[in-house]
Parts: sequence; structure tokens; C-alpha cells
Amino acid sequence: MNGLAFDVAHLLAGGLVLVSFMMLYQDRLYALLNVFALQAVVLSLSVAWQAWAQDAPHLYITAAIALVLKAIAIPVALHRIIARLGIQRQIETVVGVGPTMMAGIALVALSMVVMLRVTPEADPLAREDLAFALSVLLLGLLMMVTRHNAVSQVVGFMSIENGLILAGTGAKGMPLVVEISVAFSVLVAFIVIGIFLFRIRERFDTVDVQALDRFRGGQQ
Amino acid sequence: MAVIPALVVQGTQMLLVLLLAPLLTGFVRKVKARLVRRLGPPVLQPYLDLLRLLRKEAVLAENASWLFRVIPYLIFATTWVAAALVPTFAIGLLFSWTADLIAIIALLGAARFFLALAGMDVGTSFGGIGSSREVMFATLAEPAMIMIVFTLALIAGSTQLSSIAGLMLSSGVGLRVSLGLALIALIMVALAENARVPVDNPATHLELTMVHEAMVLEYSGRHLAVIELAASLKLLLYMSLIACVFLPWGLAVPGTGVTALLVGMVAYAAKLAVGGFLLATFETAIAKMRVFRVPDFLGAALMLGLLATLLRFVSRSF
Repeated sequence: MNGLAFDVAHLLAGGLVLVSFMMLYQDRLYALLNVFALQAVVLSLSVAWQAWAQDAPHLYITAAIALVLKAIAIPVALHRIIARLGIQRQIETVVGVGPTMMAGIALVALSMVVMLRVTPEADPLAREDLAFALSVLLLGLLMMVTRHNAVSQVVGFMSIENGLILAGTGAKGMPLVVEISVAFSVLVAFIVIGIFLFRIRERFDTVDVQALDRFRGGQQ
Repeated sequence: MAVIPALVVQGTQMLLVLLLAPLLTGFVRKVKARLVRRLGPPVLQPYLDLLRLLRKEAVLAENASWLFRVIPYLIFATTWVAAALVPTFAIGLLFSWTADLIAIIALLGAARFFLALAGMDVGTSFGGIGSSREVMFATLAEPAMIMIVFTLALIAGSTQLSSIAGLMLSSGVGLRVSLGLALIALIMVALAENARVPVDNPATHLELTMVHEAMVLEYSGRHLAVIELAASLKLLLYMSLIACVFLPWGLAVPGTGVTALLVGMVAYAAKLAVGGFLLATFETAIAKMRVFRVPDFLGAALMLGLLATLLRFVSRSF
């Protein structure tokens, strides 16, 4: 692979990590959704670039799925859900932005070190992509644990899947059927979570998952 | 002897930054005014303001110490030296061995330290508020700036601006994730350092929000003139810095003739115009953030710088 193709692929994958950090930084639900849509756009750009660079046309389909489903359909659906839930749009975080960011840096460092240690003889592009993908995944998990609000936890979950797709496209020869099934299982998960959101809201008048803590056993 | 032309070119750069700085400020103000469909003051207004201030009497508070009178000149001197060190239209000038990024940060840090002292010197409450906020922002902005410098130095193998710009110019660098992150972080730091809109509003005197203006509230006459000139110089400095590291095209390399220098100057003017336009557009489009949100903003810049350094360190492939 020539220099420029590598550089652009690397830049787009790095951009994905950057957008993950932007998601951690947001404190409004609608802004969070916009950043999430931006992440999906960057992801589909990255996948499309990989399709061009690896000469693998089936990746264009993956890029199209990412663009249509995750940059348009899911953010629009989440916007509607938030509007119908009528919840407070400011996000309460468990810890402040600063510590979260520091934890995020530590996670990126961890994934870099782990990935680059265990794959010394792989293709350099795949290595870097895997490292970035693991970072996106861990940042998504971090977002799920640092937010009280169920909607932003859903966004964190969806961004984990973005990391998975990045990992899948970086490794050459991932069959299309796997990618499609991952994309659709996430969509199904999204629908299920959406129903759950409304159930939680109905029952507790809030989507703050701290309300669920009362039902944890073994503490009385 | 080649020393005299080299000295002339170096002197031209030092004068050029001094003369261009108010023009840049005036240009940004004009574009901002036009964007909100106001006519705005003429582009040359900052020069007229400086002249007016120079002619006016300097009023000092009764309990102002000697420090208060000396500090404007100190701030102006350090900022001018720092701004003159950044390559503007050519690299490899006579004094470019002094153009070290860490030295520039140190000069700016010294200027900020003196300004914060001046804010507290007279003992008014506004000055104190301004100084405390400025120092609070500085504790985050300076580490972020240092991280950016580390990233650049790791890539270029030097902290000297002239050789960094030379390396970027040689186009052997390519696109780098670290460089992209460093650019974003540098823009965020530059916005905060120059008291531009999302952090501070340079045009307001609303006491709850002002930072830079609060510190210089007690100054008047020629003192205020040099402080304002130093603020314009700082804006020019950051724009030149971003231009020479990330958009080095058109910089005259050493050993080329007068034509290359002229091309460099035209390219520099074009870069400043584009930068000023983008700054004005950005400032018009965005609202000022709460003061207590600024540490988050600068923390994000610090984080980006850290991430850039980290990526540069860990990645094997470049």
C-alpha cells in the first residue's frame, strides 16, 4: 500500500477516536446525538477509503449501511425518542469531564500498547486500525459506565459497534455476511433498547438508571 | 559579506510583524462586523486608536507602584520578541537559531505573569478577578501548548521552529494523525490565549465575563496603547505559528533570491487574510461559553495534545 493511502486511512481511523472523545465531552443529549451521527459519517468515510485502498467492493456496502443506518436512521430515531420521552436534556455524569477524559487517555494508551505488542508481524495498517478500533470500543464502554442517562448509554453502546466495524474492515478478508449480521443485530438491539427505554420511563418517571439501583438484591 | 542582507531581512521581519499586527486585528473586526451586516470601523482603525491613545495623558491610580508603570513595556517587549522569532515569510533567517518553541512559550508566559501582576497591583476587584481567571486558564493552556510542542519536536527532531517548518515544507511528512490532533489542540489554545470568543470576548466590558479586559481596566494613555499593540501582536504570533507549521507553503528557503522573499510575503499575507477570515467566521457562529466551562475546553486541548504525543510515541509506522 502506498504512502498516501496509508496516511489517509490512518487519519480517518484516528478521527474516529477523536470523535469518541468529543462524545465523552458533550453534556447535552442532542449535541451528543449529533456527534454520534458525525462518528458514523467518519466511520463510513473510513470504510469507503478502505474499500478503495484494498480494492474490496463489498466494503462499499458496509460503508453505505453505516451511513444510512447509523448516521441517519438511528440518530433520527433517538431524537424522536428523546422528544417523546420529554426528559431533561442535560446529561448527568458520574464523574466530571476532566477525570473521564483522563480515563479515556489511559484507555487509548492501554489499547495501543496491547494491540501493538500482540500483533508484531501483522500488516501495519491493520495493526494501527485494530489499535484504534479497540480504543473506540473501550471509549464506548467508558461512556456507558460514566453516564446515568439510559439514552446516552445507548449511544455508548452504538459507538462500540462503530469500533467493531472499524476493526472488521481493517482486517482483510472479513466476509460481508458477518458485517451485515453485526449491523442488523445492533439494529435489533436498538429496537429492544428503545422499547425498554419507554418501559423504564413509564415505571420510574425517569430514564436515570440510578432509579434501578433500588431493585438490586442483597443490600438490605 | 552576507551578514548585512541577512540582517536586513531579519529586521524586515521584525518590523513587518509590528506593522501588520494592528491591521490583522482591524481586518478581523471588519469581517466580523460585515458578517452581522454592520458597516464596521475601517480596517485601519486600530492604528488610529493607537495614535489617539499615544497622544493622551496616562492616568495612574494613586497607589500604583513602579511595577504598574513598567509592566506595559515589559509585556510589549517580550511579545514583540516572541512574535518576531516565528518564521513569517522565510525560514533560516539570521536569528532563527533563537526561534525555539520553548523559548517562545517562556516569553509569552513571562508576559502573562507580568500582566497578572499588573491586574492585582492597583487593588481593584476587577483586576483581581481578571488575574485569577487568566492564571486559572494558563495552568491548563500552557501544559497543552507544551504537549503540542512535544508532538512537533518528536516528528521534526527539533524544537526550533525554523527547522520544523523546513521539514514540513519538504513534504516528507505526509498526513499524520498526531499532527491533526496537534493542530486542533493548537487552535483551541490559540483561541484561549488570545481571549477570542468561546473563551473571552475581546469586545465586551461586561464585568461578569471579561478576563483580559478586566486586567487592563486601570490602564490608559500610552500604557494602554502598548498593551493593545501587544495583544494584536500575540494574535499575529499564533496565526503565524499555525501558518508556518501546518501551512508552510510559500516560505522562502535560505539561499534563494529576493523574488522568493517577495513570494513568501505575498503567501504570508494571504495566509493571514484566510486565517483572519476563518477566525471572524468562527467567532460569529459560536456563543461565548461560561467561565467555568473554560477549564473543560482547555482540558480537552490538553487531552488532545497528550493523545497526539502518545500516538506519535506508540505508533511504529512513522
